[in-house]
Amino acid sequence: MDVNEVPQEGNRTLGPHRKALYARDEQGRMVIVPSCGSEVDETVTLQAVDRMNAQAEDARQRAQAGLTAPLEYWMYARRMDVALLSQTSGIWQWRIRRHLQPHRFARLPQRVLQRYAEALSLPLDRLRTLP
Amino acid sequence: MTAAQSAFQHRHAAHCESGVAANLMTHHGIALSEAMAFGLSSALSFAYLPFVKLTGFPLIAYRMPPKSILKGVSKELKTRFHFETFGDPAQGMRRLDELLAQGRVVGLQTSVFWLPYFPEDMRFHFNAHNLLVYGKDGDDYLISDPVAELPQRCASADLQRARFAKGALAPKGLLYYPEHIGSREIGADAIRRAIVKTVRIMLGPIPIVGVRGINMLANKVARLDTSEHSLNYVGHIVRMQEEIGTGGAGFRFLYAAFLQEAASITGIAELERLSERLNEIGDGWREFALKAARMIKGRERFDPPLLAGMLRTQAGREKEFFQALKRAVA
Repeated sequence: MDVNEVPQEGNRTLGPHRKALYARDEQGRMVIVPSCGSEVDETVTLQAVDRMNAQAEDARQRAQAGLTAPLEYWMYARRMDVALLSQTSGIWQWRIRRHLQPHRFARLPQRVLQRYAEALSLPLDRLRTLP
Repeated sequence: MTAAQSAFQHRHAAHCESGVAANLMTHHGIALSEAMAFGLSSALSFAYLPFVKLTGFPLIAYRMPPKSILKGVSKELKTRFHFETFGDPAQGMRRLDELLAQGRVVGLQTSVFWLPYFPEDMRFHFNAHNLLVYGKDGDDYLISDPVAELPQRCASADLQRARFAKGALAPKGLLYYPEHIGSREIGADAIRRAIVKTVRIMLGPIPIVGVRGINMLANKVARLDTSEHSLNYVGHIVRMQEEIGTGGAGFRFLYAAFLQEAASITGIAELERLSERLNEIGDGWREFALKAARMIKGRERFDPPLLAGMLRTQAGREKEFFQALKRAVA
């Protein structure tokens, strides 16, 4: 890649940031060039972000309909899945899946809720609600 | 802030670990570029690991595992790093404050997700991010994150959360700094050794690593159907290649920069030509990314066998390239 080929078309997932790319200058030296990002990067990042947002939105609607616990929404809103929430909270995956059932979630003791709240970095009372 | 800390120079880098290694060693008086840190530690690689899942997709790495750059640099420069992890977050933060008060610049392993200065869309649960802390101002830590263009600030509660995130590759508050630097010169021998090691990895016999790994991934892509999931899979490959701090084309451009420096230190002129050639191979990776992105956007028909063909071409070019590289340093 030559210096003048470094993508500068912008990438809204980068915000105001620029990332360092290596490219060849006029003298043939490989140098660092700050890049505003490319449409390619934006496409694949948004694809991943959209997928996670869609999961969270789907969970939010099911939680509103009483089909799942708000915990599922918050798990996806924090870009986690059951496996990651399990590692972060130290609660076994099969227990988390049970806790996603609304009637079981409603009966959870304070100390279990506290562990979820910490893992998701949420105040305890928000864990029981939806935005 | 002490005089030593205010003399600290932040340099923008493509990759967090090579950037941290270069900036930290340079702070200690050894002129080390990011590209040299990357090449000297034989960090270039390719690995397709179907049994390690990231958000449901296999891990596709264009470099060696986390920490190998720090280890490689410390070995070649005969530097002893002090590494410390903590069971108790509060203690980990106290220790950091202590070291900063002594005037040190300290390396940290953190999660990306909990760092507030990262762009929202780039915050994923990746636990092996590296950054340097060079001071504290009130409750804010002064941070040199090599993948950020300018120095950053981070409140202590956020930094604590990032340092003690749990999950795969959990940092456990890891901090590090060089204790003793034995060698201040980067010798031609060390460079030659590092290149030989990279060649061995790229041309090695393990089917999921190196050139064979690229072919393995190509076979997997060739078998994809045209579902949404397959499109996500292809997007995931491109994301690993371009988005996760690689300096472009899965570190190929960064390694080309290293080969150029290596040519002038070792006096092997052939390395200069090989650097050019790797730059062109990098362009091939970018063409693959562009093609994939057009398919994801729906501007072109999604054609997995076509993408697989491009990957096989890349594998073929890299095979010839690393064979030539082997001859050049023999």
